[in-house]
Amino acid sequence: MNIYEQQGRIFDIQRYSIHDGPGIRTIVFLKGCYLHCRWCCNPESQEYKFQELTQGGKTRTVGRDVTVAEVMDEILKDAVYYSRSGGGVTLSGGECMAQPEFSEALLRAVHEYGFSTAVETTAFASREVVERLLPHIDLFMMDIKHMDSQKHEAFCGKPNEQILENAKFIAENAKEMIVRVPTVPTFNATEEEIAAIARFTATLPRVKELHLLPYHRLGQDKYAGLGREYTLAHILPPTGEEMERLAAAARAAAPTLHVHIGGN
Amino acid sequence: MAELKFVIEKSPRIQKLIDHLYERMPEIEPYRAELVTESYKQTEHLPIIKRRSAAFRHILENIPIIIREGELIVGSNSIAPRGCQTFPEYSFEWLEPEFDTIATREADPFYISKETVERLKKVHPYWKGKTVSDLAAAGMDAKVLDVFLNHGIFTVGNYFYNGVGHINVDYPKVINKGLEGVIAETRAAMSKLYIGDGEYQQKKQFHEAVIESCEAVIAYAHRYAELARKEASYCADPARRAELLQIAENCTRVPAKPARTFYEACQAFWFVQQLLQCESSGHSISPGRFDQYMYPHFKRDLDAGRITHAKAQEYIDCIWVKLNDLNKVRDAASAEGFAGYGLFQNLIVGGQNEEGVDATNDLSYMCMEATMHVRLPQPSLSIRVWNCSPHDLLLKAASVTREGLGVPAFYNDEVIIPAIMARGLTLEDARDYCIIGCVEPQKGTKTDGWHDAAFFNMCRPLELVFSNGVDKGEQIGPRTGDVLQMRTFEEFYNAYVTQEHAMIEMMVHADNAVDYAHAVRCPLPFESSLCDDCISRGKSLQEGGAHYNFTGPQGFGIANMTDALLAVKTLVFDEKKVTMQELKEALADNFGKGILARKALELTTKIATELAMGGANVDENVIKAVYQNLVNAETVSAEKKARYAEILTMIEKLPKYGNDIPWVDAFAREVGNTYTKPFEKFTNPRGGIFQAGLYPVSANVPLGYQTGATPDGRLAFTPIADGVGPASGRDVKGPTATANSVARLDHGIASNGTLFNQKFHPSALSSMASLEKFVAYLRGYFDQKGMHVQYNVVSRETLLDAQAHPENYKNLVVRVAGYSALFTTLSRSLQDDIIARTEQGW
Repeated sequence: MNIYEQQGRIFDIQRYSIHDGPGIRTIVFLKGCYLHCRWCCNPESQEYKFQELTQGGKTRTVGRDVTVAEVMDEILKDAVYYSRSGGGVTLSGGECMAQPEFSEALLRAVHEYGFSTAVETTAFASREVVERLLPHIDLFMMDIKHMDSQKHEAFCGKPNEQILENAKFIAENAKEMIVRVPTVPTFNATEEEIAAIARFTATLPRVKELHLLPYHRLGQDKYAGLGREYTLAHILPPTGEEMERLAAAARAAAPTLHVHIGGN
Repeated sequence: MAELKFVIEKSPRIQKLIDHLYERMPEIEPYRAELVTESYKQTEHLPIIKRRSAAFRHILENIPIIIREGELIVGSNSIAPRGCQTFPEYSFEWLEPEFDTIATREADPFYISKETVERLKKVHPYWKGKTVSDLAAAGMDAKVLDVFLNHGIFTVGNYFYNGVGHINVDYPKVINKGLEGVIAETRAAMSKLYIGDGEYQQKKQFHEAVIESCEAVIAYAHRYAELARKEASYCADPARRAELLQIAENCTRVPAKPARTFYEACQAFWFVQQLLQCESSGHSISPGRFDQYMYPHFKRDLDAGRITHAKAQEYIDCIWVKLNDLNKVRDAASAEGFAGYGLFQNLIVGGQNEEGVDATNDLSYMCMEATMHVRLPQPSLSIRVWNCSPHDLLLKAASVTREGLGVPAFYNDEVIIPAIMARGLTLEDARDYCIIGCVEPQKGTKTDGWHDAAFFNMCRPLELVFSNGVDKGEQIGPRTGDVLQMRTFEEFYNAYVTQEHAMIEMMVHADNAVDYAHAVRCPLPFESSLCDDCISRGKSLQEGGAHYNFTGPQGFGIANMTDALLAVKTLVFDEKKVTMQELKEALADNFGKGILARKALELTTKIATELAMGGANVDENVIKAVYQNLVNAETVSAEKKARYAEILTMIEKLPKYGNDIPWVDAFAREVGNTYTKPFEKFTNPRGGIFQAGLYPVSANVPLGYQTGATPDGRLAFTPIADGVGPASGRDVKGPTATANSVARLDHGIASNGTLFNQKFHPSALSSMASLEKFVAYLRGYFDQKGMHVQYNVVSRETLLDAQAHPENYKNLVVRVAGYSALFTTLSRSLQDDIIARTEQGW
């Protein structure tokens, strides 16, 4: 099949993204995720099925089925900016590995135009899917949320073994990989837990960067809008000082890594 | 990763100069008005050009002078910091009723002492009937004068009441040859005059006036030399005494003779910049390519080991402070349109030279550094960008942008050079362009551009379509037919164009009447002496002495009219979801928010004026209350109101300009051309042509107050879109989408300038990496032939807090429209408009 005819399900396309990979980028948000992290700021991304989301008194349907060609029409509107900045397209979600046919076709189409490709992924996927997408991805931004599988499962709905294995495989085979840690109080925002992640990251070949992303509550009202409860309502975002302390712990645990707070 | 170049420490002197400047409210002084009146009374027998030079000399010989504490560059038009003089020869009548309110008015207040009021009241009667304004009014067709003064469709008020300015003069000539060189040039031209020439007498008189003016400036500088020497004689601090003696030496030398050092060049530059604004009340006297003409003097000192970058930086910073010392009082209405005490002294760095080679130098960077040091609205700092601009220069510019001062504004050589060549400039002249005032390109030193000739509200002709040419009960526009009988969109669209063009013709005539009045009543010999080809032609600028002559009136509302015309096309004609009758009623009822809104406004204006005349303090809240009462008094059935609101919802759902939708943007281009193209056939009295611009300064707010609801869903009396950007809040696809839409307009044809404001959240420029991305974004916009862009980088939270606590934000500078101003000095409505502009914060 022509890659441009491949269908997929997305819920948003965001242009002029400058904090998710090199250069100026367009982010395509895919719908559906295997994980259900309790802090997720895009809760409408988790289910594959279409959903009604009510915000500010207005209800809209989240999710639409599109072809690669349609997405490319939107992506190419900013071609001049990718060229000028070395930017391109980032697949986010949801989880791009949950729609491997669509993700592969879209990434290939972006590469045909010579723009950079990146994914923001949980890497919760079969080895087969990872192998399939890997050649088409210039930059993996992969989350490692916790080293303790039970706690991982309690907060994200799935254990972490497959994720950690995929992390090793991707690090060995990908062009570039950055590890990102959503830093969430009560979940992983202690020096011990962050240090454990940093030590693991340091064992991944060729991974140089560890980004600590401070927890924020900007997605909170969307839970209500979906008729769901936000279970972290009582949690305050970490302060700048706390983040610095955690970053210092990560640096101490893994001196070879470049640790910084926030995206790039 | 790259590093920012030319990060130079700020001299402690600079902050002291700034603090002194902003200690108190600016003040109006009576000296110039008295002196010009005295002189005029003694010269009634002379030709006007000689009366002008005599008055200029009389002012410069007698006006009080001052050296402010710690200054290295001297010359002030007022004793009070940021004070101003008045110019009764242009107009004065507006000032009299404002004597009591000018210190408390919302936009640009000025202190005026009782004594000054009395002194001005003594000289004003002399000017009755003798002003530029009087002659312009007398020369204008009665109907056109009425439309201009009473109908708020266009205004030529700026030059009707004030001097023209809007020029870049030959600073390098003064710096390199001295005014003695200019005098010698004039004498040489005089010696070639032929006594049998029909214009011999006028030319000779002009030359004599030039010589008298230049001599007056030299004498004025010598007054400063003397003052500096005197102050040095009793100065206890040896360091300051040495500085004063150096100042005395500088002012003895320049601007009479060629500058020998960078410091002297700075002082020579300053006297020119200052005194042009003493000769006339015109604003937008623009230093232009300062980095280019100052560089040889900097380089010479640097090579000789006479100067360091830090010392040169201090001189530049001093000039930046001085540019904020100049001020101008405008009438209350104009102050709204040019809010923020703006003098629009545009100074541009970077870009290519006459040969088409990039001309960026150290001073290009140091000018940006100066803006970071002083953090003040003046100068309006601009940067020329082209394909060969150094990346470092743009990074530096991005870092200045990040400061949130609204500068620099970015200009695209790749669009502007061909655009002005199409207006008759040579390739070399076009490559050497600078920017005047807000956004207007011109070849400096040889152009009289008359750039801010008028503001034209593109929304009002649409109202005339609905009223068949009637406004406030008068048939001011053509009868384009009953709008309810129109059967096709083409018919409707043609009616709009017909109304618009009829108004444009009136505006052209109004401009030309004002233009002629300036030539007759206020020719400017000093300004003319520094602009080619005045000396060789023996003619002042105002009489057409410049090499290039233009008149540039600005249109605004392109986004509103694009969305409005498309709404009419879609809802009324294509989909027939709304009848024309319903739309007309919905507009009159302000979409269910108040019937006869337009009428209510007129009544509100009337009541507010009467209240004010009766001594009441009429602020925005009072006006709102009056208006609300009037609106509530009207009755429309709830059913109808619901329908009008429904129509508004339908309109809001339509595709809008600014979202990167090619067919919508193509239509916007066409709408823009309905305004810009007609001007190509009009001429002005100086032998030049008209050229349109698309920008509003800040007139989109006050003129928006006079405009009813429009079919794009814009509510009555709210601001109109500013410049070529989308209407406020309607662009929802991010900055690249907005920029792509804007780039689809025909910028080249708007050769008097286009203005695109974008607002960024500070987080979009926080790191070096994001600065790099910002530069790439700018380049991408310019690759698509955008002409101009400027950024407000300040968070919404900051602006809201500044509104609530203005006392904490005295120095908060924001981009208004083509210029920056102190946020807290702007009127509340303009502040709201700035806050409402979409914030691009991803």
